[in-house]
Amino acid sequence: MDLQLKDLSHAYDETEVLKDINFSLPSGQIVCLIGPSGCGKSTLLRFMGGLERPTSGDVLQIGEPPADSLNPLTYIFQDFALLPWRTVEGNISLVLEDHGIRGTAATSIIDDVLIRTKLIDFKNALPKQLSGGMKQRVAIARALAVKPACLLMDEPLSALDSQTRELLMEDLIDLWMKEKYTACYVTHNLNEAVRLGHKVIVLSRRPGTIREIVTLDIPLEERLANPAALQEQQQYLWSLMREEAEAADKELGHV
Amino acid sequence: MSDKINKTTSPSVPYRGGGFSPRPAKIVAPVLFALIFSLWETGSRLGWISPLILPAPSEAAQALIELFNSGQLFLHLSASLQRLIVGWICGSLLGISFGLAAGLFTLARGGIVPLVAAIFPIPKIALLPLFIIWFGIGEESKIATILFGTFFPTVIAVYGGVDNVDRGLIRMGQSFNLSWWSIVRKIILPGALPAILSGFRISASIGIILLVAAEMIGAEYGIGAYILLAGNLMAMDQLLAGVAILSVLGLIVSWLIGRAEKYFLRWRL
Repeated sequence: MDLQLKDLSHAYDETEVLKDINFSLPSGQIVCLIGPSGCGKSTLLRFMGGLERPTSGDVLQIGEPPADSLNPLTYIFQDFALLPWRTVEGNISLVLEDHGIRGTAATSIIDDVLIRTKLIDFKNALPKQLSGGMKQRVAIARALAVKPACLLMDEPLSALDSQTRELLMEDLIDLWMKEKYTACYVTHNLNEAVRLGHKVIVLSRRPGTIREIVTLDIPLEERLANPAALQEQQQYLWSLMREEAEAADKELGHV
Repeated sequence: MSDKINKTTSPSVPYRGGGFSPRPAKIVAPVLFALIFSLWETGSRLGWISPLILPAPSEAAQALIELFNSGQLFLHLSASLQRLIVGWICGSLLGISFGLAAGLFTLARGGIVPLVAAIFPIPKIALLPLFIIWFGIGEESKIATILFGTFFPTVIAVYGGVDNVDRGLIRMGQSFNLSWWSIVRKIILPGALPAILSGFRISASIGIILLVAAEMIGAEYGIGAYILLAGNLMAMDQLLAGVAILSVLGLIVSWLIGRAEKYFLRWRL
């Protein structure tokens, strides 16, 4: 299943937030969205999963999602969004219960995703007992449990310290190597974008438009071995964003 | 920088980080209570406090023992507890449903919130005669008073609690396609539970206050009736015994809610 954004524009009252956004999210690829703060990249992600409606334009699903996908468009949030009163297991079972998956069927899915995210020993822990990185891994496990056709990740590593971020990024790359998932990855961290993205979409400041779509050709697994090329790409992205970021920083909030 | 550290000319950095963190100290309360009661008792024994103004604690205790021995304590307590429990449970259930409605639906919020704001501040005791006309002099009017009094604080606590549920969690529920009812049951209600339980603390105390007020009219048994009778007879020792029962009742309720909080909110930090 591919996602296609067509002529998407959005405005809150008088403020134009996004304008004429067109791009597609081909299956099996990670597309990174970067842009200065307030450019509407998180809003764009909310349109892609149907949590918000754009004023004009459309997000199209091209092709059927796989039949076994319980929740084709699945989010991973910056603040993890785990229920603090449920254990690791309970948080994952939450998203299965509504599909009528309980008992042994649920346990086998839960065990499977917890093994894939290396969390199986923490099945009965409460979120407050876990570190930030572990919490985000629980959220990733929860997302995997519903077999998404497309992962929508809203700055998933931004709330974590840099060491944890590095570890989790390696996990995300490993996972992609194994499962070739489709993802839209919103970030303001250029390094994350050049490490994870097959395509990087650079948005301009408000009203957000697509400034450039950069395609990164180095395979994901070879990127760490190619620091010079990575650095070059990152520099290039920064040169695209620098002025926008500077200008966006000086804007007054509109709240 | 000199090599030799000179203590007299280089003072240590002054400590400024203390205070603002009171710790629980279990010993303080019993000591304080014992001190107050022993002062009061010695004051009465030595004649500094006239028994007409304030009887000694031992006399109040004596009255309590007499009440127990006569078998009346059980009658009074069971009558009062029955009213309190029925009134409080009905008021809380209604309050939770109305509070939830106000927290979830625009139309309900528009109606319920101003209504609650208008009626909550009315002392329910003032409405007691009205309830007597509506429901008769028997149990119904007393229960109605308690029900009415506990309903409003519960509504306020519940809809405040629902408002404070993390919107991110609700959005997460929607993003995983949870049904509306699942989101209410599994995300909103548990998320509002801390506020609901602290609302219970307030509503239970209001319930006890209203219980006594309601029992002052047309009640044969009940702690309130006992206190009123003692007051009319100027039997200050009995009056104090009744007040002590109420105070213990309040302590028990608060302890029970504390236990409930410990159990239901053990997921909190």
